[in-house]
Amino acid sequence: MTKRTIIPFGPQHPVLPEPIHLDLVMEDEKVVQAIPSIGFIHRGLEKLVEKKDFVEYVYVAERICGICSFIHGMTYCLAVEEIMKLEVPERASYLRVIWSEMSRIHSHLLWLGLFADSFGFESLFMHSWRVREGILDIIEETTGGRVIFGSCKVGGVRKDIDKAGLEIILKKLEKYEKEIKEITDVFINDSTVKHRLIGVGILTKEEAYALGAVGPTLRGSGVSQDMRKLGYAAYKNINFEPITETSGDSYARCVVRIKELFQSIDIIRQAIAKIPEGPLEVKVTGTPNGEYFARTEQPRGEVVYYAKANGTKFLQRLRVRTPTFANVGPLVKVLQGCELADVPVLVLTIDPCISCTER
Amino acid sequence: MTEEQTIVPIKPEELVGRVTELNKAGYRLVQICATKTDNIELNYTFDNKYRFMDLKIALPSVEVEIPSISSVYWSAFLYENELKDLFNIKVKDIVIDYKGTFYKTSVKWPFNPPAPEKPKEEKKND
Amino acid sequence: MTKTILKSLCMKPATVKYPFGPREYHKRTRGKVFIDVDQCILCSLCQRKCPTGAIVVNRNDKTWEIDPYRCISCGACVEACPKKCLRLDNKYSKTSTKKEKELFRHA
Repeated sequence: MTKRTIIPFGPQHPVLPEPIHLDLVMEDEKVVQAIPSIGFIHRGLEKLVEKKDFVEYVYVAERICGICSFIHGMTYCLAVEEIMKLEVPERASYLRVIWSEMSRIHSHLLWLGLFADSFGFESLFMHSWRVREGILDIIEETTGGRVIFGSCKVGGVRKDIDKAGLEIILKKLEKYEKEIKEITDVFINDSTVKHRLIGVGILTKEEAYALGAVGPTLRGSGVSQDMRKLGYAAYKNINFEPITETSGDSYARCVVRIKELFQSIDIIRQAIAKIPEGPLEVKVTGTPNGEYFARTEQPRGEVVYYAKANGTKFLQRLRVRTPTFANVGPLVKVLQGCELADVPVLVLTIDPCISCTER
Repeated sequence: MTEEQTIVPIKPEELVGRVTELNKAGYRLVQICATKTDNIELNYTFDNKYRFMDLKIALPSVEVEIPSISSVYWSAFLYENELKDLFNIKVKDIVIDYKGTFYKTSVKWPFNPPAPEKPKEEKKND
Repeated sequence: MTKTILKSLCMKPATVKYPFGPREYHKRTRGKVFIDVDQCILCSLCQRKCPTGAIVVNRNDKTWEIDPYRCISCGACVEACPKKCLRLDNKYSKTSTKKEKELFRHA
C-alpha cells in the first residue's frame, strides 16, 4: 500500500497571482485529490451595499478586482439600469464596448505572461508584459487611470473620446497587433511550450458542461457559449462568433485566449467604425425597486450580478457570482491524476482571480 | 429588457425533483444565492443555451433544513458550503461537507450570528 | 523568438529609471485634488459626494480640509462642485513619511 502525504499549495506561492489554498493528497508524485479552501481576501463587499447608496456603489464595484475592473462596474450599472428601466444612449453603449474590449486585451496579455512564468519561460513573461504597457497607456490616455478606469456610472459614461482620440487608438492598435503576433507565435509553435501543454489537464465536453465551467475553460472543450451573444450594451450590432477548440487540454485553452485577443482588436475596429454622435448619459431620478440578474462576459467567463431593491436608496441585496468561483469545480476534477510539476500550469489554466471569488 | 428572465417560486419539497428534470433537459447550474429579508429567500439559477430559469424558495427561518442538489450537480457543493458559512442555512447531505471551514478566517463560522449581549463585568474592571 | 531576443539586445530598455529619469504623465491622468479656496462657497456638496470621506468642510472656521491618503482620485467632488473651484491635477501626490491632512483657509 503506497503511503499518502498531504502537501499544502498556497496561499503564498511564486506562481499564484492571488492567494488560494489547495491541499494536495499525493501518492509518490501523482496527485490523488485536491481540496480547495478560500477566505484569505474576503472583504465583505456584499455587506457594504447596505451602507453606500446605489449611485456611490459603482466606485466599490469597480474595485472588487483589479484585472477585470471595468466590466464589474459596467455589469453593476447594467443591473441597476434594468431595474430602473433607464435607456442608455447609443454613444455611451459603444464607448462601453470599446473599453470592455480593451480590458479584455490587457487581461489576456497579463494571463499570457503569468502562464509563461508558470512553466518556466521567464523572458516570454517579460515580453508579454512589455506589450501590455502599450495597451495600458491607451487606457490611461482615454480614461485617466491605468487599471481602475472610473468611467462608468449609472445612466451612461463619465468621459468622452473625441474623433481624434479614436484615430489615435486605431493607429496604435495596428502597431501593437504586430508585436502581439510575434509573441503569440511562440506560444503556438514552439516545441518546448507544446511539450509542456499538450495532453495536460484534459476536460471532455460533457464533463466541462456538467461541472459548470465557464469562459475559455468551457470553450476550450468544444462548447460554444459566450455571454456577449446576449446582446447587452452595443454587442447586438457587432458581428462576431465565439471561438472554440475541441481538444480540451491546456494547449486548447491557451489557443482560445490568443484567438480572442485578435477578435477583440477586430471588435474595437467595428465599434469605432459604427459609433454615432449623441449624448453621453441619461439623468437618474428616483430609487430602484425590483430585482434583476445581469449577465456579462468577463475575460475569465460569465459573471452574474443579482440586484434586489426595495424602493430606498440602498440596495437590499447584491450578489456577485464570478467566473473563477464556477471554475473551481473543474479545477478540482482536472487536478486528480496529474503530476506534481503540472499543478502550477493547471491552476493557471483556469485563470484564477481570487479577489473576485471572495469579494 | 435585454433578456427574458423566468423566475418560478417553488416549495422546498419540490426542489430535488425539479432540479433532476432540468438536468435531463440539459440545463447547467449558474449560481445559488440567499437573501436575508423578513424570511430567507433562496435563488437557484439555471441556464440552457442563453435561456434563463430561476427557482425561488422562501424559507420562514434559518432552522428549516433543505436537501442538497450536489448529487445531481457535483459543483453545487461550493455554493452550498458558502451558504452554510455565511448565512447558517442548514443543508443536508452535501457531497463534500467542509463543516464550516470553507472560508478560512479568524472569525469562526457562521458569519451571521445574532448580536450577543455585552458582558457587564468588563465595564466594571475599567 | 530569436528575432525578438536579438532585437531587444540592440534596443534601449523598455523601462524608465524613475525617480532619476522623468515620468511621462498623460493629459487625463487622475492625480491629486487641488482647490482654489477663494472661490469656494463652503456648501459642502463635495463632502457629501466623496465616497471615502476624505473631505471635511467647516463652515464656522471657514476651512476646507482634505486627507490625500484617503482620496481615491475618482473625481466625484470635481463634478459636484457648483463653483468649479476643484480640479484634478495630472500628477500623482508626492510620497512622504508622515500621513498629513491638508488644510486651506478662506482668505
